[in-house]
Amino acid sequence: MSSNTDFLLSVEDLTVSFDGFKAIDSLNFYVDEKELRVVIGPNGAGKTTLLDLICGKTKPTGGSIKFRGKELTRLPEHRIVWEGVGRKFQTPSIYDSLTVRENLEVSYPRGRGVWGALAFKRDAALGDKILEIAGVVLLADALDTEAGLLSHGQKQWLEIGMLLMQDPALLMLDEPIAGMSARERELTAELLNRLAGKHSIIVIEHDMNFVKQIGRKVTVLHQGKILAEGDMDNVQSDQRVIDVYLGH
Amino acid sequence: MNDKLDFLDGRSGLISLLLLAALILVIFPLGMGVDQLTLTGRFLSFGFVAIGLVLCWGYGGILSLGQGIFFGFGGYCMAMFLKLEASTPEATAIQTTPGIPDFMDWNRLTELPWFWVPFNSLTFTLIAILLLPAAFAYLIGIAMFKRRVSGVYFAIITQALVVIFTILLVAQQGYTGGANGITDLRTLKGWNINSDEALRTLYFITAALLLAVIVIGKWLLHTKFGRILIAMRDREDRVRFSGYDVANFKAFAFCIAGIFSAIGGAMFTLQEGFMSPSLIGIIPSIEFVIFAAVGGRLSMIGAVYGALVIGFARIALAEAYPQLWLFMMGAVFIAVVLFLPYGLAGLYEKYAPRLRALLPGRAAGAAPSTETSEVRS
Repeated sequence: MSSNTDFLLSVEDLTVSFDGFKAIDSLNFYVDEKELRVVIGPNGAGKTTLLDLICGKTKPTGGSIKFRGKELTRLPEHRIVWEGVGRKFQTPSIYDSLTVRENLEVSYPRGRGVWGALAFKRDAALGDKILEIAGVVLLADALDTEAGLLSHGQKQWLEIGMLLMQDPALLMLDEPIAGMSARERELTAELLNRLAGKHSIIVIEHDMNFVKQIGRKVTVLHQGKILAEGDMDNVQSDQRVIDVYLGH
Repeated sequence: MNDKLDFLDGRSGLISLLLLAALILVIFPLGMGVDQLTLTGRFLSFGFVAIGLVLCWGYGGILSLGQGIFFGFGGYCMAMFLKLEASTPEATAIQTTPGIPDFMDWNRLTELPWFWVPFNSLTFTLIAILLLPAAFAYLIGIAMFKRRVSGVYFAIITQALVVIFTILLVAQQGYTGGANGITDLRTLKGWNINSDEALRTLYFITAALLLAVIVIGKWLLHTKFGRILIAMRDREDRVRFSGYDVANFKAFAFCIAGIFSAIGGAMFTLQEGFMSPSLIGIIPSIEFVIFAAVGGRLSMIGAVYGALVIGFARIALAEAYPQLWLFMMGAVFIAVVLFLPYGLAGLYEKYAPRLRALLPGRAAGAAPSTETSEVRS
């Protein structure tokens, strides 16, 4: 087997079965440093499950997930975050009763233990970081707004911003443009393109127009396996992909 | 305003705290006889538990129906110390074994059980009142929260623990005083705790400790720990996937609530002169939750008013309609949950600015009311 230390993320022979149903089936999947990868596939292909496995929400039945050479499958969720893996959920997961500023602050990787949180003091570095990230995710004007009052698209951005506060090496975004207006989709595509050179990003998406705007390398999942992988044009002209997914 | 006092929630928070302080430190003591004052002190000692519930239930989303356990830890520790002091060989000379608590003698124990021995020391007792509930809450908390037990399941387990705890107390009569509890407590380091003067003093200590606990609680909520509590209540998974070990934070909140409850329990024992299983069983444990709900589960100061209002209402109504009282409590709880999710504190927050606006000459200075804003104090 070839060395997998060059990759940021190496998923090998990964399997998870739910009551005998293999949601992910002997999957091999590699992501480079600073790569933007889009994962597409029909419903039930195992896309969200794959992200769940990487971030530790679901434990695999077999196989390995190595991140910078470190095995993730044995780490608890919060330790996987410490390694530099950030996960955005499909429905925006933000803290409705906190302000945008507080949402970002809680995501800042300092004071993560109980005692650390009690002793935590806001400093200039934190303030700068919040301003910087709020600017990146287009929420600089909404810092003191209660997050529950944001529009759906803004909530999605806020959650991306919360991940960016941790400066993760790998960002995993599950359908980041779900429920967004056309304008918001455009802005999100620009945002992801800007982030692409700084972090590795895995995006799950259904909207093919959006995929074209951000897509470099695309992985097509089908029944827990990789059906095709490559650049957008190759994947789109692949007959198997057309049959199971794009043809509908 | 001084930055260091910011955690009291600005001017309105400070005013609410001062109003409560004036009520319990000045108005009640001036207006009440010693019997009534002791009764009030008893309600205040329940207030400690309600404040703990505001922290772990209101802010942390951890509903415990077992706070009686922690109230009991504090109450029993204090009672054990006082009982030992009351059981001098001279005072118990008529017993088969003089020098041990009377109920032990009745149950034919011939020497003091080992776990009673350290309670000869007041210092040990005071430390135990704080540490025992913290240690127990930590064990339960970690055991439950690491396994992701939460919500209704956690509530049911705490309820079961209360049942186990009370059954244990009742069954082990020789060690605990059984269903009667530990009674006939007289002096604290020679100070007669049943004298009028002592009861007044104990009332003031209870009230002062209560205010101190509120200030500590508010400080906790003001730190990043407090924001993480709220965040966990809103989106637990998001907190977990932001790199926090959620179980530790929940266990800590549960510990603090337990310590607060134990302080209340200890003050209860001192004022009432006894402690028994009936004070910490299922019904009292649920009543604590009702106090917090009626007062407003996001307001520590509200929780104290909740304990006082329900307490006085019980005196007025339970004597007139003893059979109906529990049903009334149930109805009040349901009504609050349905119509007043933020309890009395929510009402105050909503209507106080309007009332102030009605006062002559104050209209211009009245702050605009924001009805959507969450009640935090």
